[in-house]
Amino acid sequence: MIKFTQRLLGPVTLACLAATFVLGLWVTPEDRTQKNLVRLLYVHPPIAWVALYVSFGTATIASCLYLWKRTRSMNMDRIAHCSMEVSAVFIVLTLITGSIWGRPTWGVWWAWDARLTSTAILGVFALAYLALRRANDDPVVRARRSAVFAILTAINVPIIHFSVVWWKTLHQGASVLTSTGQLNVHGSMLLAMLLGFVGFTLLFFWLLRERYRLEVKRDVASAATLDEALSLRRREGV
Amino acid sequence: MIRVARIVAVKDLRIEVRSRVLLWQVLPFGVIALLLSGLALGPTQAGNSSAGPGLFYLVTLFVTLLMINRSQAIENAPGTRASVATLGLDPAGVFLGKAFALTVELWITGLVLLAGSVLVLHTALIGTVEALPSILVTLTTLALAGTLYGALTQGGDGPATLLPVLTLPAFAPLLIAGERSYSAALHGGALWEWWVIVVVALVAYTAVGILLYGVLEES
Amino acid sequence: MVVRLVNAVVMSRGFPLLSGVDLEIERGSLNVVVGANGAGKTSLLRLLGGLDSLTSGAGHVAGVDLVEGDLRLLRRRVGWLGHEGSFYADLSVRENLTFAARALLRPVDDVVPALERVGLGHRVDTITKQLSAGQRRRLGLAWLLVRRPEIWLLDEPYASLDDAGRAFFDDLLRDVLQGGATVVVSAHDPLRSKELRPRTVRMAGGRVDNS
Repeated sequence: MIKFTQRLLGPVTLACLAATFVLGLWVTPEDRTQKNLVRLLYVHPPIAWVALYVSFGTATIASCLYLWKRTRSMNMDRIAHCSMEVSAVFIVLTLITGSIWGRPTWGVWWAWDARLTSTAILGVFALAYLALRRANDDPVVRARRSAVFAILTAINVPIIHFSVVWWKTLHQGASVLTSTGQLNVHGSMLLAMLLGFVGFTLLFFWLLRERYRLEVKRDVASAATLDEALSLRRREGV
Repeated sequence: MIRVARIVAVKDLRIEVRSRVLLWQVLPFGVIALLLSGLALGPTQAGNSSAGPGLFYLVTLFVTLLMINRSQAIENAPGTRASVATLGLDPAGVFLGKAFALTVELWITGLVLLAGSVLVLHTALIGTVEALPSILVTLTTLALAGTLYGALTQGGDGPATLLPVLTLPAFAPLLIAGERSYSAALHGGALWEWWVIVVVALVAYTAVGILLYGVLEES
Repeated sequence: MVVRLVNAVVMSRGFPLLSGVDLEIERGSLNVVVGANGAGKTSLLRLLGGLDSLTSGAGHVAGVDLVEGDLRLLRRRVGWLGHEGSFYADLSVRENLTFAARALLRPVDDVVPALERVGLGHRVDTITKQLSAGQRRRLGLAWLLVRRPEIWLLDEPYASLDDAGRAFFDDLLRDVLQGGATVVVSAHDPLRSKELRPRTVRMAGGRVDNS
């Protein structure tokens, strides 16, 4: 059953994304104020959702599970590592789609807005996480330190969220679903947006799965190298 | 935990007093960085006190990086790490002790840099005094975070170059909050938001440090 | 047995420091680990001290399981003397030992007698970085005297010691063994002292050579 679901992951992801693009580009209407720019609504928020919450959340949970003695396993470290790698890609995409939206709306590619800046900072965090992994060769040391760093990084995510409310700068606050629970997007636009959220979330899990499988293959290859190293070392004594 | 924290803090501060790295290396670097910031702004802007809080915190962050490296280098001298490990010290106590010593050193550095900011960048003295509580709390948070990040970078490849990449993103919200609260003390404005950010970060870093410093020491 | 290792492997950065050590050590015995450079002597001592973790295999030291047990507990039971000297270079001799005594809840009054015992009574207030290599070794021994560990792990303790230092060290070992502690010493060559009757453990290629 699980294998069947995993096999479906790729096709379902592609179908959702294709439907989002068809609905977003041809079916949904223009916005009265933003005209065609509103079509970024079906792409930018879902990508940001994956970048800031889904992938960082997965990395943080996997890191916590690695540090918890009962659930400690290198699989958790691999999940955290792969999530963070995919997250780095999604953060870059968030910034790119945000800039494309920002240029005609605000008149600049980049604004010193709290949310933009904080997202960029989170991107640096993701890169720093990967740099930290590269700096430690020992797998156990690497896993431990990376897990602690991922948890420290998670502290930053709520600061980004609240920054929108507190710093009151250019970036709009929560507007699709307001804090009072009111939904401001309807009809085909809502459908396209929801499909976007589902599609990009599935894309994250698809990429995560593929990256994870690659990492397992690498570890198997590296274990074979270790066996060879062990046998060479023993021969030193002969 | 508190007993170990006290022993470690006294040891770190004693080493600092003995080696005078803070006095002869870190403080001169901070003062030079402050002067260079003024030069970079130009004669008109450098005398404009509105730039003072931001420059003060920027220079403080760079100085903090040096001090974190120094704080960790004490433990990483050849042979020291192994012998101290055999003492089996409570890691939460070690974390709090090292963070406390770093806090004291940062407070001293901060006071010198604030004096420099008032003198060189013409930041208002009264506003600076009013901002002092928020500055001291922000520096304490920097010390707690720095102790954790410092432990993360020890022993790997290129720890000195890795440290800024790891710490500066984490310091950014503290820089913003610190700068805003200092500016609010100088020119008026809301303060509580910035206190929330700094205090939440302080509590979070303390909790994570107490819980996870042992994991970093083990590695 | 105070030490029992079964096929112990320790890896570091993909290199096997220990490649499958089988070893048993009796409580209260003197053991000298000999072997060429890079044979794995220091790595073995570090494993016994809980300073490095097992990558695979099994073992226990002083009742602590090396796989599942709390290595911090083990570290409190061992005394370590490394090659480099083992102190905060900017603290004085007395301050270093006082720090160790306070950390382990040992009486601070033991510090000066321990320094006198190792011949550093006249150097109590000297800053550690001003000591010679041999004096640092003696300071390391004083640290262990203050600690009184169950297991003494001494990595090449004869290095940097003059003849008087070696004789003094042999005397010290005798006292430690009479006190019931277990001693593991690493050295390039077997111990010269006939009187101590150590067991020699030969290492090569990261393993104990049982041939």
